[in-house]
Amino acid sequence: MTDTKKTTRQVNVTSKTSVSVLFAGDSGDGMQLTGTQFANTVATHGTELNTFPNFPSEIRAPAGTIAGVSGFQLQFSSKPVYTPGARFDVMVAMNSAALKANLKNLHRGGIIIAGTEGFDEKNLKLAGYPEGANPLHDGSLENYIVFPVPILQLTREALKESGLSSKEIDRCKNMFVLGLLYWLYTLPLEGTMETLYAKFQKNVWMAEANIKAMKAGYFFGDETELFANLGRFDISPQKQHGIYRRVTGNEACAIALTAASKKAGLELFLGSYPITPATEILQTLAKKKKYGVKTFQAEDEIAGIVSSIGAAYGGALAATNTSGPGLALKTEALGLAVILEIPLVVINVQRGGPSTGLPTKPEQSDLFMALYGRHGEAPLPVIAACSPVDCFYTTYEAARIAVEHMTPVICLSDGYLALSSEPWKVESPDNLAEIKPRFQPAREPGDAPYLPYKRDERQVRSWAIPGTKGLEHRIGGLEKQHETGNVSHDPENHELMTKLRAEKIARIADSIPLQGIDNGPLKGDLLVLGWGSTYGAIKTAVEQALEQGYSVAHAHLRYIHPFPKNLGEILGNYKQVMIPELNNGQLVHIIRDTFLIAPKSYTKVQGVPFNEMEILTKITDLLKELKS
Amino acid sequence: MTDNDTTIKVLPVLTAKDFASDQEPKWCPGCGDHSVLQQLKQLLPELGVAPENIVFVSGIGCSSRLPYYLATYGVHGIHGRALPMATGLKVSRPELSVWVGTGDGDALSIGGNHFIHTLRRNPDLNVVLFNNEIYGLTKGQYSPTSKIGLRTVTSPSGVIDHPFNTAALTIGSGGTFFARAFDRDGKFLRSILHRAAMHRGTSLVEIYQNCPIFNNAAFEAYATPDNKADNTIYIEQDKPLVFGKGKNRGIMLDGFKPVVVDLDKEEFSTSDLWIHDERDINKASILARFADEESLPRPFGVFYAEERVTYEDALAAQIKEAQKNGCWTLEELLKGENSYEIKSAT
Repeated sequence: MTDTKKTTRQVNVTSKTSVSVLFAGDSGDGMQLTGTQFANTVATHGTELNTFPNFPSEIRAPAGTIAGVSGFQLQFSSKPVYTPGARFDVMVAMNSAALKANLKNLHRGGIIIAGTEGFDEKNLKLAGYPEGANPLHDGSLENYIVFPVPILQLTREALKESGLSSKEIDRCKNMFVLGLLYWLYTLPLEGTMETLYAKFQKNVWMAEANIKAMKAGYFFGDETELFANLGRFDISPQKQHGIYRRVTGNEACAIALTAASKKAGLELFLGSYPITPATEILQTLAKKKKYGVKTFQAEDEIAGIVSSIGAAYGGALAATNTSGPGLALKTEALGLAVILEIPLVVINVQRGGPSTGLPTKPEQSDLFMALYGRHGEAPLPVIAACSPVDCFYTTYEAARIAVEHMTPVICLSDGYLALSSEPWKVESPDNLAEIKPRFQPAREPGDAPYLPYKRDERQVRSWAIPGTKGLEHRIGGLEKQHETGNVSHDPENHELMTKLRAEKIARIADSIPLQGIDNGPLKGDLLVLGWGSTYGAIKTAVEQALEQGYSVAHAHLRYIHPFPKNLGEILGNYKQVMIPELNNGQLVHIIRDTFLIAPKSYTKVQGVPFNEMEILTKITDLLKELKS
Repeated sequence: MTDNDTTIKVLPVLTAKDFASDQEPKWCPGCGDHSVLQQLKQLLPELGVAPENIVFVSGIGCSSRLPYYLATYGVHGIHGRALPMATGLKVSRPELSVWVGTGDGDALSIGGNHFIHTLRRNPDLNVVLFNNEIYGLTKGQYSPTSKIGLRTVTSPSGVIDHPFNTAALTIGSGGTFFARAFDRDGKFLRSILHRAAMHRGTSLVEIYQNCPIFNNAAFEAYATPDNKADNTIYIEQDKPLVFGKGKNRGIMLDGFKPVVVDLDKEEFSTSDLWIHDERDINKASILARFADEESLPRPFGVFYAEERVTYEDALAAQIKEAQKNGCWTLEELLKGENSYEIKSAT
């Protein structure tokens, strides 16, 4: 065991509540892996955690350039954290491009650990620094604490007798950084060692080389004078005891679909086509065959959803996952699912649009498409997840609504939730809501004829699946006669069916929870109304505003269509409503239209999430305006 | 009665009437679709599959109304997408007998992508492709199988798109079964549909089907007693390729080139002729290309039939392998494989 608190020299260990760290380097520098390992160690240590990877859409953009910078940000804390941090306290910059791209988000006085080899003439030029300028030497970083570390050289020295090729040795430099950071935050090395041994089971020497590099980084911190004044830090773990796992939003969606299928007693079928940033849902489910999950990588987005409609018609819990451009392609089929009135879960992981837009960056700009993006009158439920862990609960709820109300449901996530992660206290199956499919029982000769579109009191029709004797019936995209389901072009019938389909969706409001206030007073000056991934930033900002004595509350919508029944009442309890969104203003239109109020819109369309400082500033500005 | 007897379920004897739904077909009088429907109704009772275990899936177009007229389960989907819908259904319910009714526009134009990919994956579907070389339901526009020069409302000066060759496309896409039939030859059509139903994998049956309104007599060359014998050839497994009024003409292979020979001349006998082998993909490919050569008769029958694992069986096998040590529980799912324990609060 490495005793991580003991050092060879006396170095002060300072306790801190929370720290935000950015690992940044070239796409090829292994920063995602370093960040993930660091996050795993922090999570198992028991601190609160929120992570966010940020990488270019190209697999390998030109090395050394700003476009090629890949980052992994995380915040870990003794208190609950809901964002990766508005700004970071520590930045690892493997090269000058990584520094240049991210410096604006480093706290004044923050720590920079710079890999000096990435600041040579060639790298500085690629990063676009003027000739002769080197931020490590020219005083431009005087407001920060800079530690220039010859990471590559030290890694090479540590591994010179490893027998690895020089290329392989150089690839271990991220492990050196990881070790150094473990030292700095008094974290144990064992978790990563176990992971490396597991990963390189067949090449133990490779695991050992990586571990050697990591230890070299750790002892470098210990032995060099460089960090003598700074000392080390300790973020004490505060999590409640229990079993935890760390999940990303995409993983949580996949687990939820599988869990819902088990709970409902249905087979899970996912028809899908790879698209960033939704693909991990398909990838995760493809690995769940031991749970009987069937995944189908279709030839295109349309075949993805249509195959799912086929599976749903056959009685499966069927789902499809996509992102904006894919949802656009699926819209005709969604209309079919609406008129067939069969269950279907559509997970849309939003990204910057229109068109290919910003494929790896989050945005909340598909809300209108989710609500209205279909031909004809085709209402369907739309719900949105607000955190990586909430992706589980919201997707599960989407499956429940789909099956119990016989309708396609759109579940919105985004590129931020999809790839962010946080610890999740392992859920007990008993805490999951029951999901009860209403299959139509077989019919014997002489029984009354089966009426495919006969509805119950919630306007829901039954699920009559092939193989059930006596229920042979034909349905399809042509308008259906009320109850019989026969093709009908009758004018009054079409109007009736249109209204019945809408009423069925509206009545879902009877089975969903009332809207609650997440934080703050039940009546007051300002309500910040959010939806989706802005939750963490809004929550943190409102917490801070409340600490500063402002009359502000936070409500976060999961159910966007239909709205919870009491939403109008809640909105009326505040003098002003502010709606922050990562789009050009969409929910604000819907709230204005539904409740005839004039909320303030606060939007950001930069392909990056809000940070809590931006929202806090907006809150205080609005409240000052309100008072004057 | 012994215990064993109870396991044998005797299906009631069904007839074509039992497979007719209560909906009156709305196809035009004289449309070839009526014939296909009639043959299917005759065939289904012969298959010994209970009506509740049969599903007809379709896209959009005249032919895609087919499910409404059969007393089985049926879904009428959206344009071009019948194949992925049927695939999703078959993958999740492999025990069902799944049929697809589609047309030349539905399957080969808007659904072209699904067509090629379904064929290579080979789910066990019976695909009945009504090819009338025209868009009927939208009133007479040319289709991807319309002949060059055909004048339609959207090709007033004649079609300039080279048409698809359905047989070549099927074989080229990795399909495992291709057969061609004709709406006017009901008995033969039924025998082909029967073969398709028996084939495990995606069976593609192209039916030349006359549209009397917008493309009448498109297949007249294979229809009238006068010219049918010389313009068509019915291919049968292990039989020489013989055609003509007096069965006096044959097809011989000169290398890869099919040559018509006159059997009345002493120079050739049937033993010189091409013997049909539906397992031979190279011969099937040459047969598919007969349509491009005016001097050659148009083949009808099973061009190609290959035994290959179906998509749903391959997937089921992977799931079985993953579950060989038992099914996994919801608890295990929620816990995951990388969970960790936090022991105390501080």
